[in-house]
Amino acid sequence: MARKHFRYLIIGNSAGGIGAAEAIREADKEGSLAILSDEPYHTYSRPLISEYLAGERTLEGIYFRPADFYEQKNVQPILGKKAVALDLAGRLVRLESGEELTWERLLLACGGKPIVPPMKGDGLEGRFNFITLDDARKLRPALKKAKEAVVIGGGLIGISLTEALVKLRIKVTIVEKMGRVLGAIVDANVSRLEEARLKKAGVKVVTGHTVQEVVASADRPEAVGGVVLDNGQKITCQILGVAVGVSPRGELVEGTDIKKGRGIVVDRHMATSHPDVFACGDAAEAYDFVYGVARLTPIWPNAYIGGRVAGFNMAGKKAVYPGGTAMNSLGYFGLPIASAGLFDPPEGNGYEALSHLEGEIYRKVILKDGRIAGMAMVSDIGRAGIIFGLMREGVDVSSFKEALLSDEFSLASLPEDLRKRRLSQELASPISGGGK
Amino acid sequence: MKRVYSKEEVCIACGLCQVHCLVAHSESKDIIKAYKKETPRQPSRIKVQQKGSLSFPLSCRHCEEPWCVYSCLTGALQKDPESGIVTVDAEKCVGCFTCVVACPCSAIIPDFHRKKAVKCDLCPHLETPACVANCPNQALIFTDGATPVGTKVVAETAAGR
Repeated sequence: MARKHFRYLIIGNSAGGIGAAEAIREADKEGSLAILSDEPYHTYSRPLISEYLAGERTLEGIYFRPADFYEQKNVQPILGKKAVALDLAGRLVRLESGEELTWERLLLACGGKPIVPPMKGDGLEGRFNFITLDDARKLRPALKKAKEAVVIGGGLIGISLTEALVKLRIKVTIVEKMGRVLGAIVDANVSRLEEARLKKAGVKVVTGHTVQEVVASADRPEAVGGVVLDNGQKITCQILGVAVGVSPRGELVEGTDIKKGRGIVVDRHMATSHPDVFACGDAAEAYDFVYGVARLTPIWPNAYIGGRVAGFNMAGKKAVYPGGTAMNSLGYFGLPIASAGLFDPPEGNGYEALSHLEGEIYRKVILKDGRIAGMAMVSDIGRAGIIFGLMREGVDVSSFKEALLSDEFSLASLPEDLRKRRLSQELASPISGGGK
Repeated sequence: MKRVYSKEEVCIACGLCQVHCLVAHSESKDIIKAYKKETPRQPSRIKVQQKGSLSFPLSCRHCEEPWCVYSCLTGALQKDPESGIVTVDAEKCVGCFTCVVACPCSAIIPDFHRKKAVKCDLCPHLETPACVANCPNQALIFTDGATPVGTKVVAETAAGR
């Protein structure tokens, strides 16, 4: 069976994999480098599948890097091929095709897989996930005949899918198990503002309920015709979108010595428990600076930054992951929301929440021992970056905490030393030891 | 690389840097047309930061560690490996504004009308960036920072590196 050898093998062709490949090439122009992915596409931006579905962007329009990226970076893309086994002793990865790839340094940037809640009658035509470009490509033709959709999950992916469907004039009902939408990343005030926008756009939002059963269409028994909720409510739909979230794809390390919790566990160098195997992105549990422990933070920037750190270390240039936390910027249905870290203070541990709500303008920070542990801004997100920067660096903001929520908040509100540092763009925690 | 630095001891927050930045990034490059005819108006890429008598303009630092580039979902933001300039490709930008949250200086401006992130590009079409050229107090300097030019901020910056 064909066997190929690479100094660096990256599994995953999305944010983490590309971040690593770019870092490796900054440190080592020559070492052989391959990117393996079971998806057959040039690297693309997953968050943009919504724009692709809505017909606002072409396939090329959602490319994450230029079409000649692999050539330019001297990377061998091995696309449309799936890794099925990892042999640590033999330092090889076996593909479904039977081919084998050997490596000196391996990165597992294989992402997440959709979580699908168990539903009676599931398995009918018309039920889709919304994680990959293939999901969007399968959805597209099915939408031509559809008038109504049910989207399970009122989180990021669910609302992103809903927005695309609404643009295509499909009537959407969101069914969210929690009491409110976006409940995993923002507080009740922000959820309320988003729900108001959803309703204004004609979206029905059902919270506190789950889909129990998928019902076949009367004229097409092989296809979805509706759903039944746990309270018995029936909703007619031709499309059922499942957008509950993702769980790490960790199958490859199962049965190996590599430590796995919910995701593949990595240290601050993004190394797994095997010194030459690294992991990042949705597949990995990496350092979260708000919680002070390694945990899942499945967002794009963390995948890229984690991949970048992994790449430098794989190429022998020491780099440290500064940590990432759940950070998001959303603009669904025209409502700008910036959020990071905790959204409500946990009870009684010296946490303090400051907030200001006025119509659709909302600002909130959560402090723990003078340091920012969470933030949310709605509508006016222009200065969210200063606050997130203070949060990332763990700056004690006690002396100017009131200013954080002010209309006039700016870099001028910061103490002099910090302000000077920002202006000279020195960083408290560089990851790559400086570039150009 | 050459960057725009400010001198807070002579900035009086007149806002002319913002006016000329806006004009330099307008279609017409004409101050009256840019304000009166081009709608929605271009946002300024430089913003005066102010607290009491303290003021200084701020634009993109073109960071060595560009969190905005690392955080960009689409690949629109890139740091040129040769020049060090951080640019945003308007074609690729979808206005998700993840960069706005990632930038520790809040130097990336969300243009909500066009759904695009905009930022200082150091005026590639001009010899000197418009903000620097038009500051009446020379409170803005365009320098590589390695050569102390007798100003507090730049000298400190150079010494601190």
